[in-house]
Amino acid sequence: MTRIESKFARLQAEGRKGFIPYITAGDPSLDVTLELVLALDKSGVDVIELGMPFSDPIADGPVIQRATERALSNHVTLRKVLHLCEKIRKQSDVPLILFSYFNPLLNYGLEELARDAAKAGFDGVLASDLTVEESDTFVRTMRNAGLNTIFLVAPTSSPQRMKKIGEASNGFLYAVSRTGVTGEQQELAGELKQFLQTLRSHATSPIAVGFGISRPEHVRAVWQEADAAIVGSSIVREIEQHIGKPDLVQRVAAFTGWLKGCPSQ
Amino acid sequence: MKGHFGNYGGQFVPETLMHPLEELEAAYFEAQRDPRFQAELDELLRTYSGRPTPLYFAERLTKTWGGAKIYLKREDLNHTGAHKINNCLGQGLLARRMGKTRIIAETGAGQHGVATATVCARLGIDCDVYMGEEDIRRQELNVFRMKLLGARVIPVSAGSKTLKDAINESMRDWVTNVRTTYYMLGSVLGPHPYPVMVRDFQSVIGRETRAQILQQERRLPDLLLACVGGGSNSIGLFYDFVGEKQVRMIGVEAGGRGPMLGDHAARFAGGRPGVLHGTFSYILQDEDGQVMPTHSVSAGLDYPSVGPEHAALHDIGRVEYTNVNDAEALDAFHELSHLEGIIPALESAHAVAYAKKLKLPADQIVVVNVSGRGDKDVTEVMRLISHKKAQNSEENPF
Repeated sequence: MTRIESKFARLQAEGRKGFIPYITAGDPSLDVTLELVLALDKSGVDVIELGMPFSDPIADGPVIQRATERALSNHVTLRKVLHLCEKIRKQSDVPLILFSYFNPLLNYGLEELARDAAKAGFDGVLASDLTVEESDTFVRTMRNAGLNTIFLVAPTSSPQRMKKIGEASNGFLYAVSRTGVTGEQQELAGELKQFLQTLRSHATSPIAVGFGISRPEHVRAVWQEADAAIVGSSIVREIEQHIGKPDLVQRVAAFTGWLKGCPSQ
Repeated sequence: MKGHFGNYGGQFVPETLMHPLEELEAAYFEAQRDPRFQAELDELLRTYSGRPTPLYFAERLTKTWGGAKIYLKREDLNHTGAHKINNCLGQGLLARRMGKTRIIAETGAGQHGVATATVCARLGIDCDVYMGEEDIRRQELNVFRMKLLGARVIPVSAGSKTLKDAINESMRDWVTNVRTTYYMLGSVLGPHPYPVMVRDFQSVIGRETRAQILQQERRLPDLLLACVGGGSNSIGLFYDFVGEKQVRMIGVEAGGRGPMLGDHAARFAGGRPGVLHGTFSYILQDEDGQVMPTHSVSAGLDYPSVGPEHAALHDIGRVEYTNVNDAEALDAFHELSHLEGIIPALESAHAVAYAKKLKLPADQIVVVNVSGRGDKDVTEVMRLISHKKAQNSEENPF
């Protein structure tokens, strides 16, 4: 069992819902990312998605695009992100997902990546532009190394696709709340409930919902329908607004606490 | 697995786009089998775009170079001045058939943007064109042309501000507005079914060329030459001849300023297989798998990846790929203008330049695809000439 799988099992046993933040590795620097991961873990998040930046992030909106540009201008590479993971593992057991696009992973070599990512302490891998059709080798290679493979499922996915994506995913399923790129929004899509009901009838893994989750009420709304909420852009924006300030890490941890509905943090 | 050419091609996109891609594939294959669709397309190609385009024997060029007989396939004589309209008319009719109310497109040189805007005007469909800020600077005439045709030109300021970034932005738009919007991709790139569909719409170039050369020379040509950006004009010319083993085919990429990564767009010389914009093909990337900026004097060739079918044709050795640098392309631009009275697009000038370099014997027949006309490049060439003059006068003050 990976850390992700045991986390979702525990959440279910305790009748709780999960909270999954996304941050881009190396934004604003790899040292700060290390501190951020440790602070987020301490604040009680359940899983962390660590973004490996790619030069052409077609699934991302402007906030994560800017984070990507900052990270790449800091010369972040996959090797450095794996090294960061090793450092995190010396101090934390928080479940970690390597989140990227397919090309940087493919370029590293799938066999090599599976071996090195598992050794560094990652628990799962997700490539936002990898479709189930193209994923046979990827899924086999990652799973052989003991890593979870997580895929995106969209409101536009047909029931047959939901089933295929459910089979290719383990750990959890990443349900995209709406059509579009990553980014904040005011209201959650009304059709989310219907989409998740259909998804439940075609897949057995826990379901986490992301894209556009940017306020505490969104998180609570997602918790009513799914097993976990994923928040990316609004946390990345919080990082962006505090770059260079001494209290960046505390601010981001406090913001995450607010999203989760723990004003005391 | 769908839409593969050997190991290349496929569908690498965010899941949200898979349903629309499936829908597009079904609609395209259905339209392809519908004689009424084909008849309407043929009629528009004939009466609206001016097809068939001539296959012209370049007598003075042939005499001056003193070698093989050079024929020019005059795609520059199409309506809107390039081969791009062949694909846009096809996809435009398809979009209308699918009931889409809005068309988006990316453009590099502006030729695909102009062709898209033209077809949208003709069909009465809303049109938004994404274009990198750097390309907008290089191609201001085409920007104005698109606006005249009623399209909105949306500047893209991300990344290298060129075609690659315009495609990123188009894909983001499509993923957001997928239910109402048709994405009119301009080359044999992107996820399946685009590389197949765009190739089919462009293959009219090769079919006409075959009939025309047989009529004029009573035999097939020895060599076909075309420039390769995304690769739609070249695949359009080559496709009908792939089975003719005696016909040699060469694709000419942009050699830019030189062989350093970042200075050119020669994917087969400096690239490795990888995934960009939905497809697995050759890509100019650094050792970490980050896509590299490219350079070419011609905006239409300035792109880090190449159509997946070209990747497959390259690997099996059916098509040879080479490159020509900025200076050689500019020389060919001038030479064709002077000798034949044809101002070619800077893209097409790359193919012309290589025809000269090859120095083939007089008994050979070569067909060069003049994929577009050079009017759009005139101001940029003017700028380059005055820049060069300024440099020369600094070096030689007397």
